Amino acid sequence: MFVGGPKQELIELFTRYPTKMAALLPALWIVQRERGWVSEQAMAEVAQELELTPAYVKGVVTFYTMYHQHPVGKYFIQVCTTSPCGACGADAVADAFVRHTGCGDLGVTSGDGKFTVIEVECLGACGFPTPVMINEEFVESVSVQKVPEILAQLR
Amino acid sequence: MGFPHKSHPRETPVLSEHFGNAEALTLDGWKKRGGYVALEKALGMPEVDIVNVIKESGLRGRGGAGFPTGMKWSFMKPGDGKPHYLCCNADESEPGTFKDREIMRWTPHALIEGCAIGAYAIGAETAYIYIRGEFTEPLRVMDAAVREAYKAGILGANAMGTGKRVDVHIHKGAGAYICGEETAMMNSLEGRRGNPRIKPPFPAVAGLFGKPTTINNVETLAAVPHILTRGAAWYKAFCLSNPKSTGTKLFSVCGNVAKPGNYEVVLGFPFKDFLYDLCGGPPRGRTFKAVIPGGSSVPIQTMEEAEATLMDYEGFVAQGSMLGSGGVIVYDDSQCMVRHIARLCRFYAHESCAQCTQCREGTAWVTRIVERIEAGGGAMKDLDLLLELSEQMTGKTICVLSDSCAAPIVSGIAKFRAEFEAHITGKRCPLRSGSSSTVAA
Amino acid sequence: MADVKTVQLTIEGRQVTVAEGTSILEAAKTAGILIPHYCYHPGLPVAGVCRMCLVEVEKAPKLAPACVTSVAPGQIVHVYSEKALEARKSVLEFLLINHPLDCPICDQAGECELQDYTFVEGRAEGRLGPEPKRFNPVEDFGGDVLYVTNRCILCTRCVRFMDDVAHDSVLNVSERGDRAVIGKAAGHDLTHAWAGNVIDLCPVGALLSKDNLNKVRAWELDRTPTVCPNCTQGCNAIAETRDNVLVRLRPRSNADVNQFFMCDYGRLNYRWMNRQDRVEAPLVRQGDRFGAADWDVATAAAAAAIRGKKVVALVSPNLSNEAMWMIARLVEKTGGRGVFRVETGPEAPLPGVPNLALRADRAANVRAAELFGFQRTDAPLAGLGGGEVLVIADDDLEGIDPLALASVGAVVVVGTVLPATARQAMVVLPTANMSEEEGTFTNVAGRVQRFLQAKQAPGMARPTWWALADLLTALGDPANYFLASEVFAALAKARPEFAGMTYDSLGMRGAVIAGATQPAGVAK
Repeated sequence: MFVGGPKQELIELFTRYPTKMAALLPALWIVQRERGWVSEQAMAEVAQELELTPAYVKGVVTFYTMYHQHPVGKYFIQVCTTSPCGACGADAVADAFVRHTGCGDLGVTSGDGKFTVIEVECLGACGFPTPVMINEEFVESVSVQKVPEILAQLR
Repeated sequence: MGFPHKSHPRETPVLSEHFGNAEALTLDGWKKRGGYVALEKALGMPEVDIVNVIKESGLRGRGGAGFPTGMKWSFMKPGDGKPHYLCCNADESEPGTFKDREIMRWTPHALIEGCAIGAYAIGAETAYIYIRGEFTEPLRVMDAAVREAYKAGILGANAMGTGKRVDVHIHKGAGAYICGEETAMMNSLEGRRGNPRIKPPFPAVAGLFGKPTTINNVETLAAVPHILTRGAAWYKAFCLSNPKSTGTKLFSVCGNVAKPGNYEVVLGFPFKDFLYDLCGGPPRGRTFKAVIPGGSSVPIQTMEEAEATLMDYEGFVAQGSMLGSGGVIVYDDSQCMVRHIARLCRFYAHESCAQCTQCREGTAWVTRIVERIEAGGGAMKDLDLLLELSEQMTGKTICVLSDSCAAPIVSGIAKFRAEFEAHITGKRCPLRSGSSSTVAA
Repeated sequence: MADVKTVQLTIEGRQVTVAEGTSILEAAKTAGILIPHYCYHPGLPVAGVCRMCLVEVEKAPKLAPACVTSVAPGQIVHVYSEKALEARKSVLEFLLINHPLDCPICDQAGECELQDYTFVEGRAEGRLGPEPKRFNPVEDFGGDVLYVTNRCILCTRCVRFMDDVAHDSVLNVSERGDRAVIGKAAGHDLTHAWAGNVIDLCPVGALLSKDNLNKVRAWELDRTPTVCPNCTQGCNAIAETRDNVLVRLRPRSNADVNQFFMCDYGRLNYRWMNRQDRVEAPLVRQGDRFGAADWDVATAAAAAAIRGKKVVALVSPNLSNEAMWMIARLVEKTGGRGVFRVETGPEAPLPGVPNLALRADRAANVRAAELFGFQRTDAPLAGLGGGEVLVIADDDLEGIDPLALASVGAVVVVGTVLPATARQAMVVLPTANMSEEEGTFTNVAGRVQRFLQAKQAPGMARPTWWALADLLTALGDPANYFLASEVFAALAKARPEFAGMTYDSLGMRGAVIAGATQPAGVAK
């Protein structure tokens, strides 16, 4: 994992903090960017680079919801359904994504491996209901009607 | 300028003046708008003078607690031989709040400048901006701006050619509401689980990496350059009610409201005017039912309370709630309060760090009880149980996450008891159409 | 001591004076009040997370967690005020909503702090509605440890022990909210030499010993203070027996030796004390076979075999100071010599505690053997002559060539078992093992520590010092002792290293012999 570019990135990260441990969250982000998810093997690699133990790294990984502990669909769709968005119809938007992607249920990856839809807690964009995150992209003001169109652009 | 809507004439845009203007994003554009004048001025001042200006301005923390910023800075002792740190809290995760997001999206250099001034004033050479991982766009914008600032020599070993070191690093969170709690943020920055720490020791004594640390919210730091440029008296003059609440404040408005978005008003602004005039009132054909005025962690207000409120730290308290983060969540008459309270409880149960017993077990338990009531399976004694559990979840734990979970329950049952009782006696949600068989379990 | 500042406060109406910086919880202990707690443990960094130790401090706006709140002058603390009791009752209720009510099949029952405090301060009936309890499967953490996830109260004592005391972070808290559990990484087990301590530290039945699994109920056990005999560290321990069988060794706290801990090797190495192939009566050779005899006959026979010859004593380094001294006197009286050998293994320190390690020498009393002039050797029986009598004092003769015994004048066995190699013995005097007698050991740092009798010796077996004392008397060196304490008192008079010591002065924490220093190696 940490060879070439990612290794350089990590070395640069170390210069930002007085401890190697502080580079843990950024290092895990590098793993997720490169591999799509954070496996136990990857946790062990990170542990080695940062002079931590695999169990320690796992404890941290499992604390933060954005690190995938399992492979997810090519498009990871997070629909905010916390109360303010819920008041504006977010549940129906989440349902629409599940329906139109063919995922069948929240948290399940579609048969073609393309989509995983989850409900997410407050994305901090409550003024733009319903905000949806698709991988690294933020889509604001998503209504049920807009869902097929958004998915069409991804297919 | 406003965003996503035009500024209302009754707004006082200071922080939001350039929202929606892509030109303000760049270093050149920012400089044209008076950027980095304050930093240059600050780096030529003794640290204590900067602290005194901020003290004099009356600026209070905009993250939620409202602690006087100048006083917080004065706890730091520059030149004590230890490394100091400034953390900028950009983990904005409080449901209903999205003001810091806009500051970072549109005026990244305002924040960088505020961080640099803050860092210098407290004797820190390094500032970390902890941005929640979901803020992908603010992260990109801030990252580009920091690069620009380094390239231009504004940051680095010789900040603005003064020979002083000011480093600003961006640290990306990874999905944890609790990391907005300052000690949890420090743990997260150190590469740990985002568990809040027991205080004392306070961050100013032993904070990030065990060193003296100050944590300030994005909006607080973004206001600093303005205060330094235009003076404490200018800022202090922004006051419509209580002299302890000065300056302008961004309020995020969301939920069932005609014009959701961010509004910047002078503290003490009448909440009624704010809701009906600036925000355009309820959606067509609806009436407002309830407001959570300071992010989901503060008590729910009835409309009577809300309409009598003056929007400052004291004004919200006087009307049964708190200013909090300034995230205004509005519910109209189509909304089931029980359902929303259940959903908020679920949020806290999801976000509990798992350290304290009352929070770890309590947030999950009350969620299941309120969800059961909402689904029509509740009993009257459940309300007493909820209130008892809420009492035991308040003021008993390391941080206030479990208190925050209890707040909507306690205020909800106190102010909307009839709705709870209707669910219990009717064995279904009275607001949902159709037969009771359609009630979600 | 003079410059330690003290603070005076009132806890439950009692005046308490403690050192500045002491927690309310520790201060209350000095007043005889145990404030209920789970996450707090004096041997671990403070976490302050279980919130069970909430107490009311007058003039404080909120209840204070006693474990992380330092005493302040004039503080008035109420442990049993209505508010404090309500808060703790509530913590217990929260802990129980997801805790299975499976005490009848839980190994921890009877020594469970959740059970105990619920009994004292908990709610009589539950208020959990139709909501199901959380369920997670049992996990094997490796080593001797089983994790019964459902019973876990997330006090994190185990995690902190592995992180901060064992310095081997193989445990973590995984996930968050009420989904949180204690976790580990795949392929990294609780194999640290001291990992078993997490079982004792666990206040509930979440971490269980596989060795002890479903074996005994806590209330059936008799508990006796002892000293771990399995290396020279001399960890203070509790011997737990049921029906005269030793079933578990657990650490007993001693700040000067092992704090609160004990290594896995020590705690799991107790079965030899339950051996069933014991010599139960004194045996005297009659032609080519042994005949059982009474002690007087056997002692006389042993004396006859020894008289006029030099004793070569091969002693077990697991014999007590009292027994060692008797043998040393026998050696001295006959102008002979004493030897011993020690099983060794890798040293395994516990990094978070100074001077604490599983020591390389896997026997309790090596220090005393050296002190009493016995020679350590790998070839203990080399060069035995016809003018010598070999007295084998509980050495099992493992790995010794029978031919080595061929040239010796006579063999006398004083021991718990009769090794096959020593079947040529003239006399066999059956003795108690350390769990069956009272005595003292001298540990690697020169600390003399008492152990008490935990179970009955089989048949006619006697403490070694007793068998030897009678033999000495029969050989004309009167040694008339009736109690181990009398032997020790005489020893303290005779040997300057032990001067002034008595069983009473040793207490259960021991005292260090004159001129002893910490051994090099694991000091931190």
